[in-house]
Amino acid sequence: MRKLKWEKLGLIFNPHEHRQISDCISFAQSPQTLVLDDRVRIYYSTRQTDSGKFLSHISYVDFDYSFTRILNIANREVVALGKLGTFDEHGIFPINILKDEDRIVGYTCGWSRRSSVSVETSIGIVISSDEGTTFQKIADGPIMSSNLNEPFLVGDAFVLKLEKDYHMWYIFGKQWLKNEIEEPARVYKIAYAHSVDGINWKRDSKCIIQDVLNEYECQALPTVAYHDGIYHMFFCYREAIGFRTDKGKGYRLGYAYSTDLITWTRDDEMGGMQLAEDGWDSEMQCYPHLFRLDTQLYLLYNGNQFGKNGFGLAKLCS
Amino acid sequence: MKSSFNWEKKGLVFVPQQVTDHNWLSEFAQAPATLQFDDYLRVYFSCRPAPDQNGQYLSYSAFVNLDKNDFFKILQVAERPIIELGDKGTFDEFGTYPVSVIEHEGKYIAYYAGWTRCESVPFNVAIGMALSEDGGCTFRKLGSGPVISYSLNEPFIISGPKIRKFNGSFYMFYIAGSEWILHQDKPEPVYKIRMATSEDGYVWKKHDLNLIDDKLGKHEAQASPDVIFHNDKYHMFFCYRYPTDFRSKERGYRIGYASSVDLINWVRDDERAGIDVSEEGWDSEMISYPHVFELNGKLNMFYLGNQVGRYGFGWAQLNGTLE
Repeated sequence: MRKLKWEKLGLIFNPHEHRQISDCISFAQSPQTLVLDDRVRIYYSTRQTDSGKFLSHISYVDFDYSFTRILNIANREVVALGKLGTFDEHGIFPINILKDEDRIVGYTCGWSRRSSVSVETSIGIVISSDEGTTFQKIADGPIMSSNLNEPFLVGDAFVLKLEKDYHMWYIFGKQWLKNEIEEPARVYKIAYAHSVDGINWKRDSKCIIQDVLNEYECQALPTVAYHDGIYHMFFCYREAIGFRTDKGKGYRLGYAYSTDLITWTRDDEMGGMQLAEDGWDSEMQCYPHLFRLDTQLYLLYNGNQFGKNGFGLAKLCS
Repeated sequence: MKSSFNWEKKGLVFVPQQVTDHNWLSEFAQAPATLQFDDYLRVYFSCRPAPDQNGQYLSYSAFVNLDKNDFFKILQVAERPIIELGDKGTFDEFGTYPVSVIEHEGKYIAYYAGWTRCESVPFNVAIGMALSEDGGCTFRKLGSGPVISYSLNEPFIISGPKIRKFNGSFYMFYIAGSEWILHQDKPEPVYKIRMATSEDGYVWKKHDLNLIDDKLGKHEAQASPDVIFHNDKYHMFFCYRYPTDFRSKERGYRIGYASSVDLINWVRDDERAGIDVSEEGWDSEMISYPHVFELNGKLNMFYLGNQVGRYGFGWAQLNGTLE
């Protein structure tokens, strides 16, 4: 096992430089790809203001294969938010795209607001029949929600299909921490689910990634790719409380590797991604996404302020 | 088809306002559900303390033990809520209502609906599971999350569980929300009767279809699917109402009836329910949340009256044959 080495290509997309759908004003969070014949479509979540709060919407930007030229930006709604009282009424963030034979499937994380805590999330599914320009729901409800041992905040699905098996890495909430500083703070961990049809999932509620900070470490957005004989996982992690204001407690990129997709060894150092000395990813790095273009492995991610000013790209050095 | 039976009303059995030393049980005795012990008939129900300063309620579940030969004789009232409310942010933080208990291999399992509060709509509900180690007086949750939760075709309000065992399998009859409709800027939920089955009580397979045809249009709200096997047939008593302005006599809850030979296909025939609102008194505006059980060779129904059980539940006994 060698330490991964990345060449940072810098911030490649700043949402403030482009007109966004649905009057969204800021943020391009959790970039995730769909590789098309002549372009790489990068989906992200952007935010619309809503009486002091936000609604997250899915948009996308098309890059050429060199990631230096923007070919197109979504100019109409990509995924509709849910109806009154449904799990994705107040936002979709993020979306993970799976090319499944002749179908393009999106696994969404839907947000709805609660009263004693800020939010609840569940995982939904949407299907595209126009090369990923728009996606439609197959029903109003989620495919994966809370259960006995996953009481809330099920979200951040990342799905890989390997032969006939669908593998999902996702997160679920463990606890809402009452504290002196801020509103109740959520704690969530990475878990794994398996499916044979991509819709019905089996899960055992095990936390598969060891904590490095403490038991309240928040782990989010797992992404997995096969490279050089093993599976690599990036994710982001942070302290549960104080992360918005204290730079030392914000998101960092974590890393783990596995040979069997089930048992993971965490070793953030081996992942090879560090905060920059200065610039757009000097305070925070979060929402990683691994993808491959031909044989080259890339890593998309957000920087400071949870991706308020867009996302950047890094390229694995051979 | 003309009914071969009707229900003879016996009167109000339990009035929560008459219990004076339980501030968590100050009003309502909703969704009665029985469990028969050697020495008494236990009736689980759900109740509420006085509302908070914003007029919002919490719901707890409780029980009363009744004399098996005289339901008007109350032997005992639960000392404390049978299930605790959930921790911050959990599905049952604001209520555990209703509850349904079954004996299984010498233990008592409770399934209950847990309530949380939302921003755009007032609440959401999912079904939890808890186990008793003290003969059904209190229950410990098997997890901090729900055992039956939201899915593609059951997007919200998974509530009103009624647990039964037929032919060696567990059957759960419950309701699932299908739509929130806005009426005078106020969201009102539409929910329908559904079913799930399980071999072990933990892992549930949803039937994923509505069991009972609508009578009051597609926005009819249906609740309390109470199923009993009798004379080689499955009989379901439930309640239904209009989706809006239902806090009135005209549009409030009535008791409906359906029967089935296979638990899957149900024929609704409310004419046969054999019970309606009274001319006057505690059940003159609405009747709801029926629960039917057999005791001492007789079929009995407990049900709610006006204001959905604010003043307790009552009793009726079957005349004729349920067939």
